[in-house]
Amino acid sequence: MTNDEIFSKVQAIIVDQTGEDDDKVTMTTNIKQDLDADSLDIFEVINEIEDEFDIKIETEEGIETVSDLVTFVEKQLAKEQG
Amino acid sequence: MTNIRIVQSAHVAPERVVPNDELTNYMDTSDEWIKSRTGISQRHVSTGQKTSDLCTIVAQQLLDKVGWQPKDLDFIIVATMSPDYLTPATAAIVQGRIGAKSAYAFDINAACSGFIYGLKIAEGLLQTPHARGMLIGGEVLSKLVDWHERSTAVLFGDGAGGVLLANSPEQGSQFIASDLETLGELGDSLTAGYQPVNSVFNTDATDSHQQYFEMDGRAVYRFATHSVPESIERALNKAGLLVNDVDYFILHQANQRIIDQIAKRLDQPINKFLSNVAEYGNTSAASVAMLLDQELASGTIKRGQTIVLSGFGGGLTVGTQIIRY
Repeated sequence: MTNDEIFSKVQAIIVDQTGEDDDKVTMTTNIKQDLDADSLDIFEVINEIEDEFDIKIETEEGIETVSDLVTFVEKQLAKEQG
Repeated sequence: MTNIRIVQSAHVAPERVVPNDELTNYMDTSDEWIKSRTGISQRHVSTGQKTSDLCTIVAQQLLDKVGWQPKDLDFIIVATMSPDYLTPATAAIVQGRIGAKSAYAFDINAACSGFIYGLKIAEGLLQTPHARGMLIGGEVLSKLVDWHERSTAVLFGDGAGGVLLANSPEQGSQFIASDLETLGELGDSLTAGYQPVNSVFNTDATDSHQQYFEMDGRAVYRFATHSVPESIERALNKAGLLVNDVDYFILHQANQRIIDQIAKRLDQPINKFLSNVAEYGNTSAASVAMLLDQELASGTIKRGQTIVLSGFGGGLTVGTQIIRY
């Protein structure tokens, strides 16, 4: 899966959970600060990402931007394929 | 399917109400923070009433409302994770106080699923036509809360709710289908009331578990938002019903955001998911029975309707009972 494909799935999940427009959710968006997401929104976004990509995200620590999420998913997918 | 009828319901909560704003005296939190993340506005807290006291009030109300004599009861079950004692059981205390001399009485603990697990046990005990039993969920969770720990203290409250159950073949009410599941491997993600081995023979100095609530919020959130809709779907399948056939859902009242998410996953309108979490917070085994009684009293739930009752919590446990009320 390419970086762009991962981004567009992650973007769709965040848009669905936060109710923001697509163009407000870019790679540099800080999920908590820019989208006013609280801890339960983050739980739900991580839930959906775990289900969508069939990966496990052990901790939400260190994940602040959409880019952080996309990179994390990319690494996890590579690990599982490797 | 069994011809079991919920004959009567009742609930009680301690008089002392603690609004969110009052909690700011004890911890760094705010009404806005609590409401937006949980939907909770206040909770009722015991100022000395024990679990057995709340359960006895419910038991007496149940008998008074329906006009049964205490000796008419075959059994009394109390579902609780905050009993007065490890022995005697809360149900035995209640049995003694109301003088239900013919009833055998015992407690069960399946945490916030306790009332649903209790319904399943009661169904098994009510196989004889005209058998009668009492099931109460009662909690004083305030004694298991660290009132300076904001991540858990804001969530819980005290209360009790119960039902009279009877095997009534002629009246059309039914326990249609149920589903119970336990995920013991995830038990550490929600704990309370640890009982240390503090005898003179204890040599384990590393025993550091806490007596108060401890919770891995994300693990519990994931469990609830996945396992509850799955349990409901399994019970509906057994019943041969579709989710659209359900008139109302009464879920354990842990957090409004969890209830909202479960409604979304089941693709059902949120107005079918009844709620009183704003008023009482999470009352564990009491929550489903307390809400059921409120909704029966208000006339929202009527005879003949299909109702899904579902609990989830410590264990981790989840359970669903589908009834035709």
